[in-house]
Amino acid sequence: MDEKTLDEIISRYDSPSGRLLGILEEIQTSEGYIPRDVLEMLSVKLDVRLSQLYSLVTFYSFFSLKPIGEHVVTVCMGTACHVRGAAEILTTLEKLLGIERGTTQDGKYSVTTKDNKFTLEIARCFGACSIAPVIDIDGDLYGYTTPERLPEILEDYGWREP
Amino acid sequence: MNGLRGISARRVAGLQKIKPDRPRIAVGLATCGTAVGGDRVYRRLQEVIENSGDDIMLTKTGCMGYCREEPLVNVTIPGKPLVVLHGVSTDDADEIVRAVRAGKVPYDRVLCQIPSWDHMSGTTIEYGRGFDQVPPYEDVPFFSHQKKVVLRNTGFINPEDLDEYLAVGGYAAAKKALTEMTPDAVIVEVERSGLRGRGGAGFPTGLKWRIAKKETGDQKYVICNADEGDPGAYMNRNEMESDPHMLVEGMIIGAYAVGAGEGLIYLRAEYPLAIKRLELAISEARTCGLLGKDIFDTGFDFDIRIVTGAGAFVCGESTALVASIEGKTGRPHPRPPRLTDLGGGLWGRPTVLNNVETWCNVPVIIQNGGDWFAEIGTEKNTGTKVFSLVGAVDRVGLVEVPLGTSLNTIVYEIGNGGANGKNVKAVQTGGPSGGCIPTRLFDMPMDYESLNRVGSIMGSGGIVVMDEETNMVDIARYFINFATGESCGKCVPCREGLKHTLLLLNKIMAGKGKENDLETLELLADTIKKTSLCGLGQSAPNPVLTTLAYFREEYDARVRR
Repeated sequence: MDEKTLDEIISRYDSPSGRLLGILEEIQTSEGYIPRDVLEMLSVKLDVRLSQLYSLVTFYSFFSLKPIGEHVVTVCMGTACHVRGAAEILTTLEKLLGIERGTTQDGKYSVTTKDNKFTLEIARCFGACSIAPVIDIDGDLYGYTTPERLPEILEDYGWREP
Repeated sequence: MNGLRGISARRVAGLQKIKPDRPRIAVGLATCGTAVGGDRVYRRLQEVIENSGDDIMLTKTGCMGYCREEPLVNVTIPGKPLVVLHGVSTDDADEIVRAVRAGKVPYDRVLCQIPSWDHMSGTTIEYGRGFDQVPPYEDVPFFSHQKKVVLRNTGFINPEDLDEYLAVGGYAAAKKALTEMTPDAVIVEVERSGLRGRGGAGFPTGLKWRIAKKETGDQKYVICNADEGDPGAYMNRNEMESDPHMLVEGMIIGAYAVGAGEGLIYLRAEYPLAIKRLELAISEARTCGLLGKDIFDTGFDFDIRIVTGAGAFVCGESTALVASIEGKTGRPHPRPPRLTDLGGGLWGRPTVLNNVETWCNVPVIIQNGGDWFAEIGTEKNTGTKVFSLVGAVDRVGLVEVPLGTSLNTIVYEIGNGGANGKNVKAVQTGGPSGGCIPTRLFDMPMDYESLNRVGSIMGSGGIVVMDEETNMVDIARYFINFATGESCGKCVPCREGLKHTLLLLNKIMAGKGKENDLETLELLADTIKKTSLCGLGQSAPNPVLTTLAYFREEYDARVRR
């Protein structure tokens, strides 16, 4: 993200209420993560200590400090999804994408495949409980998922069986 | 005249859209309807209508709440009742258009008919009569026990069109409050209604407003908590996606009552459609002078902005939510000072924080009177509550019933019991702060006090149904795992206590638990509950305590003696 884009984002926030989170959310949405240089730039521009920005970025689950893959697959871990088998959906996706479970340094579940094609994440709840279990790929929701249906869904995003 | 900028013309235009003099097909397009193919149905209908050249109006609405039967499509033919179609797919589009062209409806897709609908705003829409073979709305078991007060407009109007909200009596209550009532009279009416906070603990709304009104200061705020963090609860999402102006109107009335000049909606980033529709609603309201300066020529200035939350469950706690808006990490601080106190709220100003559904109840209370509202529900628990009935239940959906309705009615009569013929074992209410309630207690009324008595809470209204295949120890572990991850880490009982509770539950689930582990678990839970700083920690042990109390045998079966 260049300085001009960041200035544009900052200029949209004329009220202090919700300003910091709003700016960080726009950076996250536009870049897919919060790049360190942008965070440093922001710290200077807003005269907010870098440590404060860092604490925000690591406190709220919306932000990520690591670059993400081309497609982001998010598994809803809400109660309705849990009762309807979300854990199995997650393990199946891990298997299909060939990744091992692990949390990143900021304590968040987010793993990217080696070819940088997919990032697998989990979410607290999408509020789409009526069609549980649910996954989200790049903003599109898939309801009533089953482990069997997953390969077919992933193929639409360029996944091929290894 | 300000506040009336083209409003009457827009109301007439809105009525023309809801009840046009040509057939109208409306597809339910809230997030869940879209996810199961509603948008594809919409696009296919668009193609078919364009190709056939029929004079049919195609539009979108929010969600009627019968999620299992989605995508839902409403059809209105002039002079005939509104007909709800269910389970519609793209393959049905040709047949729907063909039937509508002939003045009919596709009978194999009909769910029910609605000849007229009371929007509880002094406006009843009369659609018409006919289609005698289509069952009436009241005969559909999913709907027959419901009473739609908050969801009075959802599924009927286009949430992206202020005209339609105005047509069903929208903003009449705001106008009444601002032009005919004093702020005190508004508060008295809300007090008389008995309305209690719909976000969790059930604090009396009128009292909260009165405390904030008494405070002096150069500025006050009203905030809507739309962070809906409880997994398994999505009523607020639907309320905002299907009828966003209802929330805006409620906040205008509340701001007028307490003397606030600025409103904020703290809305979770996970709800992009709700953000989009609310932004549109706010900007349309501004264009018409319903927000901004000198609303309704009364000299009252008020505006609303949306603040997006960034995913932290603890921000449902009021002081954490305010910290988050101020650009800090969402860590609660001890109360008092309360938000309503000078020095305690946003930027130190007196602040009224209410949940989405609480605000949504305000317009109907002002329109119909507090006494009217108090007639619904029970004495101490007035009005309705929207519950999200999800999990292992047959008829999944959003259910709005008078407070005090029994769990039996909700789970068995509305929800038709377990999905796939399985037996229901328990429900979990109130999200991670709530507890598990076994079927033998299902004759209890759903009200704030009864839920507390059995060890659970109302919360925002999630009801997750669990069947015979659900392992209750696993459920307890699921919630403790959630709470451990969401604990802000400020106080020791919550941060460390929950972690050790989780370790114990993992051990028990792995079959390595000993009998005294259950005692340790109980002791830990009790300590966390009594000594945590905020509501998150104080209520996080509830899933453990209730499963230990009601499903002890499942723990016993997993520990070595």
